[in-house]
Amino acid sequence: MQYTAAMPSDIAAAVISNTPLSDDYNVLALAAPAIATAAIPGQFVMVKAATGHDPLLRRPFSVFEILNDTSGAVIGFSLLNKRIGPSTSLLYDARLGDRVSCLGPLGTAFTMVNAPSEAWMVAGGVGLAPFATLASALVKRGVTTTLFYGARRAEELFYVDWFRDLGVRLILATEDGSRGERGRVIAPLEQALMARAPEQPVTLYACGPEGMLAATANVAATFKRPCQVSVERTMGCGMGGCYSCVVPMRDAQGQRHHVRSCLAGPVLDADRIFWD
Amino acid sequence: MDLSVRIGSLTLKNPLVAASGCFGYGVEYADLFDLSSLGGVAVKGLFLSEREGHPAPRIVETPAGMLNAIGLQGIGVRRFVTEKLPELRTRNVTVVVNVCGTTIDEYAEVSRILSDHEGVHAIELNISCPNIKEGGIQFGCSLIGTRDVVSAVRKVTKLPIIPKLTPNVTDVAAFAIAAEDAGADAVSLVNTFLAMVIDVETRRPKISNGLGGLSGPAIRPIAVRMVHECRQAVKIPIIGMGGIMDARDVLEFMIAGATAVQVGTANFVDPLVWGKLLDGVQDYMRRHDLTRISDLVGTLDLKGKVAAAAH
Repeated sequence: MQYTAAMPSDIAAAVISNTPLSDDYNVLALAAPAIATAAIPGQFVMVKAATGHDPLLRRPFSVFEILNDTSGAVIGFSLLNKRIGPSTSLLYDARLGDRVSCLGPLGTAFTMVNAPSEAWMVAGGVGLAPFATLASALVKRGVTTTLFYGARRAEELFYVDWFRDLGVRLILATEDGSRGERGRVIAPLEQALMARAPEQPVTLYACGPEGMLAATANVAATFKRPCQVSVERTMGCGMGGCYSCVVPMRDAQGQRHHVRSCLAGPVLDADRIFWD
Repeated sequence: MDLSVRIGSLTLKNPLVAASGCFGYGVEYADLFDLSSLGGVAVKGLFLSEREGHPAPRIVETPAGMLNAIGLQGIGVRRFVTEKLPELRTRNVTVVVNVCGTTIDEYAEVSRILSDHEGVHAIELNISCPNIKEGGIQFGCSLIGTRDVVSAVRKVTKLPIIPKLTPNVTDVAAFAIAAEDAGADAVSLVNTFLAMVIDVETRRPKISNGLGGLSGPAIRPIAVRMVHECRQAVKIPIIGMGGIMDARDVLEFMIAGATAVQVGTANFVDPLVWGKLLDGVQDYMRRHDLTRISDLVGTLDLKGKVAAAAH
């Protein structure tokens, strides 16, 4: 059987490193140069943690970082993983040299703005994942970039220095108030939008829990700012085959349709989504 | 080696068919590999009109399987023939269209429209979707309903008709007989097993529809048993499915009596599974001196002592 050379790539990627960030979070580096080279910010990879039939299905992960060797050659990518079930536990416990099956890159990417428009990224928890590559690309384009980043507590705010060193302005929030503002990240976002003159363009990019995305979409609409969200749905295949990952969206005629987030997304226009 | 198999008047170049509901409309995979290298593609179920299906979450993983209740989201037969069929035709895909209906007339009308279009090679009658109230299961769980749907569609098409049977009945072979008597060219089985998964923290079902259909390797032994039962009851070909993950599983279904197989869940895990399945089947044929794969169908040996399985 002849396979065409088109994307995506299916790679049994070796674990290059596994760095625990906390009891729940880790960064898993995988040797998959073909995927890392092709990926653009916002795309995802379908990852199968087990080698057998249990867990059976792949899980979608944002590409977190693109990894280079000392000569600058692309050697792979990393995942930001949060242990919440069997698959993510296997990825948390993965050892050096283990093989992890990766299919990607898949899905639509973020649409990047140009200066003088600013980019404001809004991340909640593991929703930080797509913003490392996006921030790098935006900074390279000379776009002034801000990260609004919320988590449960200070210990779960990761890569803060990494973003700062990149030149990203940081606005942090924790639910317990242990770092940054106390409460959800939406409050400082709303204040910042209120303070910004309407003639100063800004585009919002959001990824995180569904409630945070809905709230971000809501304030974006209130202040008439474009907003792209990266949604997370349970996916069966990531290829458009199973119709599991749908999002209710408005079409050009205003009609409500279920749209597959693996093909049309994961990055979607917030103002076309029904947040019900 | 001859990998071809016959389903009624239709010859498939090999026994591997992409299962309906697991492969979109086929075009989603067209850039990944040559779809004409498959025995066939069973496209997603079609009613006369578009359907939006159930809200997410629509699937949840189970031990070695998955539960789904998509709700037959689909673009309807008219959009299919204008938007999808031309590309499938250009790519020389052997197209099996899964036909749905809420009434017998709807099954007949969808089938009639498809028969008017070049590029449709067979009709699979979905009388077995467990996930919507009027998804055909009311026909598939009744012998008279099965007979009436097949008879009505038989009147409007010369294409091979393949009713897809539900395993959610006591005696699946009786339904295969009803389908054969009504003029079906083959039967396909099994559709998914009606099942449920509950989140104990919230005491809520884990998919929006509450109930769903179970598929994947967890159900395979039951599906193999049902193919075996139907093989003994009818003469028409059987297309077997249920949790096929590798070539051994393909062979198991064929030995039990399936002339061809459909593969669904395995394609989710590995969209490039097809070449691996074909390689494995051909390797088996070499080892067993088989020149025609069709000679393997229904060769289950029930005589003599069964050796203990190697672990």
